[in-house]
Amino acid sequence: MTTWPILSVITFLPLVGALFILVVQGDEAVTARNARWVALWTTLVTFLVSLLLLPGYDSAAPGFQFVEKHRWLGDIAAYHMGVDGISLPLVLLTTFLMPFCILASWESVHKRVKEYMIAFLVLETMMIGTFCALDLVLFYFFFEAGLIPMFLIIGIWGGARRIYASFKFFLYTLAGSVLMMLAIMAMYWKAGTTDVPTLMQFGFPSGMQTWLWLAFFASFAVKMPMWPVHTWLPDAHVEAPTAGSVILAGVLLKMGGYGFIRFSLPMFPEASHLFAPLVYTLSVIAIIYTSLVALVQEDIKKLIAYSSIAHMGFVTMGIFAMNEQGLQGAMFLMISHGFVSAALFLCVGVIYDRMHTREIAAYGGLVNRMPKYAVALMVFTMANVGLPGTSGFVGEFLTMMAVFERNTWVAFFAATGVILSAAYALWLYRRVVFGTLEKDSLKDMMDLNRRELVIMAPLVVLTIFFGFYPAPILNMTATAVNAVVARTDTVAQAVKTAALLLSF
Amino acid sequence: MHPLLPPLGAVLPELVLALAAIVLLLVGAIRGERSANLVTGLAIAVLAAVFILVLLKPAVPVVAFNGALVIDPFSRFMKALALLGATVSLIMSVDWLNREQQNKFEYAVLVLIATLGMMMLVSAGDLIALYLGLELMSLSLYVIAAINRDSVRSTEAGLKYFVLGALSSGMLLYGASLLYGFTGTVNFEGIAKAATTPTLGLIFGIVFVMAGLCFKVSAVPFHMWTPDVYEGAPTPVTAFFATAPKVAAMAVFLRVAIEALPNVTHQWQQIIAFVSIASMVLGAFAAIGQKNIKRLLAYSSIGHMGFALVGLAAATPEGVRGVMVYMAIYVAMTLGSFACVLAMRRNGRAVETIDDLSGLARTRPLMALALAGLMFSLAGIPPLAGFLAKYYVFLAAIQAGLYGLAVIGVLASVVGAYYYLRIVKIMYFDEPADAFDPMPGELKAVLSVSGLFTVFYFLWPAPLIDAAGAAARALF
Repeated sequence: MTTWPILSVITFLPLVGALFILVVQGDEAVTARNARWVALWTTLVTFLVSLLLLPGYDSAAPGFQFVEKHRWLGDIAAYHMGVDGISLPLVLLTTFLMPFCILASWESVHKRVKEYMIAFLVLETMMIGTFCALDLVLFYFFFEAGLIPMFLIIGIWGGARRIYASFKFFLYTLAGSVLMMLAIMAMYWKAGTTDVPTLMQFGFPSGMQTWLWLAFFASFAVKMPMWPVHTWLPDAHVEAPTAGSVILAGVLLKMGGYGFIRFSLPMFPEASHLFAPLVYTLSVIAIIYTSLVALVQEDIKKLIAYSSIAHMGFVTMGIFAMNEQGLQGAMFLMISHGFVSAALFLCVGVIYDRMHTREIAAYGGLVNRMPKYAVALMVFTMANVGLPGTSGFVGEFLTMMAVFERNTWVAFFAATGVILSAAYALWLYRRVVFGTLEKDSLKDMMDLNRRELVIMAPLVVLTIFFGFYPAPILNMTATAVNAVVARTDTVAQAVKTAALLLSF
Repeated sequence: MHPLLPPLGAVLPELVLALAAIVLLLVGAIRGERSANLVTGLAIAVLAAVFILVLLKPAVPVVAFNGALVIDPFSRFMKALALLGATVSLIMSVDWLNREQQNKFEYAVLVLIATLGMMMLVSAGDLIALYLGLELMSLSLYVIAAINRDSVRSTEAGLKYFVLGALSSGMLLYGASLLYGFTGTVNFEGIAKAATTPTLGLIFGIVFVMAGLCFKVSAVPFHMWTPDVYEGAPTPVTAFFATAPKVAAMAVFLRVAIEALPNVTHQWQQIIAFVSIASMVLGAFAAIGQKNIKRLLAYSSIGHMGFALVGLAAATPEGVRGVMVYMAIYVAMTLGSFACVLAMRRNGRAVETIDDLSGLARTRPLMALALAGLMFSLAGIPPLAGFLAKYYVFLAAIQAGLYGLAVIGVLASVVGAYYYLRIVKIMYFDEPADAFDPMPGELKAVLSVSGLFTVFYFLWPAPLIDAAGAAARALF
């Protein structure tokens, strides 16, 4: 174990970089170049520091590690940070994706570069903090504060309907979250603390659990997003700049799944069992409905956005299967979707930077001019479909296996979603990449340049690596996931026993 | 045998303020219109001195004038807050009034007298002191609202404020007479002892007193004057209206409810809960369509009073603490916002529509950043101060089991977030309009202090929370 507060350093390092960019003065070009490099180095250093978590982390040990605890809001809340097998992969995913975001914006963002980089670095702090916080109020602080930079990123650097999209994003998420705030308060008065590890062992009365579960569900379902509160996501994705979409799909969506696993299941296990059928239903609708919607999209980004919602359907389904495979699969799928969807948005960004359109119809036959690009896009498309050998397969397979144990019909309908996802993803690939190169505007497209290759190569490697060898992630999450499963199982057992006793 | 002189030491700050107001009025009368800046400067110094006097006073509770005035930690906290609001808004007014050539020495003197009324109001220990303080404050405010005699809008604002204010004073007086009639005393503690069972007459008294007080804090359904007065009065006057009188009125609201009526809590709790919900909802929805920033801030302040009243509805020490923290943070945010509104002048003329803020992020990045921070804070987004303010009042409401009130409240805050976001949108997303004239130094100072407080308050919230907690316990 390290003695220095490594989690605080990782969390607030980006903020230091942001302050540094803020104080640098000079003319437009100088500050822009400066901001880019400072942001890149800050995110890279943050990633390297976060890698230091790995050698010190004991994946077999139960409970939280690298714990820091200080007084903060008096009796209301403490500054309590720590990671376990559920949050650590998400922290690493966040720090890993950030340098890509900065690189992806290197040339495509021209105006107000300084503010752009500051917004991204502040956002990184909030995201890491969300995953590390072990106090509900602290969690809420980070969770909500992340809205501000994302609102600005979509609103300032977004596309044509950026204002509509940014407002929708902000207000949807806020509306979900304020109810969670009230639930946190109710928990505080009941349990006398907002400390997460304490609350995980605290048994709330079952009537209260129902309401608390619903309040938390309102927040995480919007964030996830689950059908029918998913409509903000396609708008936000389409209008956001490439890096904004990457972060949105890669990290922000994972906060919902993280919240379910971290809070809803262990804190309200009875309510979770009670509402599991509801979640299955919504997940299945999300998987099938959004896949069908994805089929008819004409905008590449919108198509990927809908496919994200479908994949998040698998995640919620896996989480509420509440067995080891389900939670493991959900965690794995979140990580895998984290870099696969990020990579897909980066791929869209590559052609958007050249053509300034995301219309599928504007493309066709790119393979003739851009062979490297075609290869990269193919790997990610296959991962999105869930082809065995890519990281997408492992998570989907595990979640479906898990839910098969609970309810075969749910598994059946979810499996049709896999077929549909193959349909829209492959059809997209065919329309954009294959065929003959007929359009004049595409005739002088350049293949990936060095910067873009640097971005794509590690993502391709990871996608295939984790597809063949998922053990690193699964080992990391196993202990923490089993603890959650054990907690929900004992409660389920207790409920069954009680029901049995009552029936006599 | 009563001592010949009442204990004047306890009311030293009030005495200083009263004498200073008389002296400054004489100075103005003798030296004429030229003395405006001198009088204003001296008035600021006096307010600052009284602020320090209030803070230096020991926290031991003193009851003066046979229970008419109560000097306790609660009154100290709220007086300090009201004085802060008055001082800063007077400082911010100097440059604006000079530029608009509305500089009159009466303005500063009236602010002093209004502040004196507020201090009496905060300390009031019986119904008579309450009414005296309230009228002293209100009559000065009516005149201040119409201080720009040559402007139709300003005089209209003053007249509207006067007519509606007089009506509400009448209601308050009627309620007070009922309370006296049914309890046999005007003293709050005496009323608390006598009012143990909710008789019909008592309830009528409570309703009328609360209606009068709601008018002063501009809570729905007694809010109608607020947008018109905010819009019509000169901007520095609006800044003053939005801060100090609200604090004083909220303080006396708390005192009447908690100190005089602790045994009939259920009777007034419903009134407060209704008024609170109505204010939050109306404040949120009515502000959406506003184009004038002063009107928008008027509706915003109506909404904020609704949020503060959530804490009072809880009727617990935690609730009162929540209200006090809320008022402190509200004053800080409001002063900062008005510093921006006062700085909105283009080519020497004051402008006040929201669209005038277009693209401010590019013409004045720091001002835009500060105002954006304040707007997010007013919307209640963490980690800004406004979130913590809301957190404490809703925490109290949940503890008291007022779930419906809390749920409606937070949903209203989401609706309210829309129009705060719209200001951020206009500043950051829209194309820039012409730049504003350079900002005077004192406005810059107020804006920076307010902005930094709002953004960094969460790092060290303990002093304010603890002080408010200690002050709140003084009422119970």
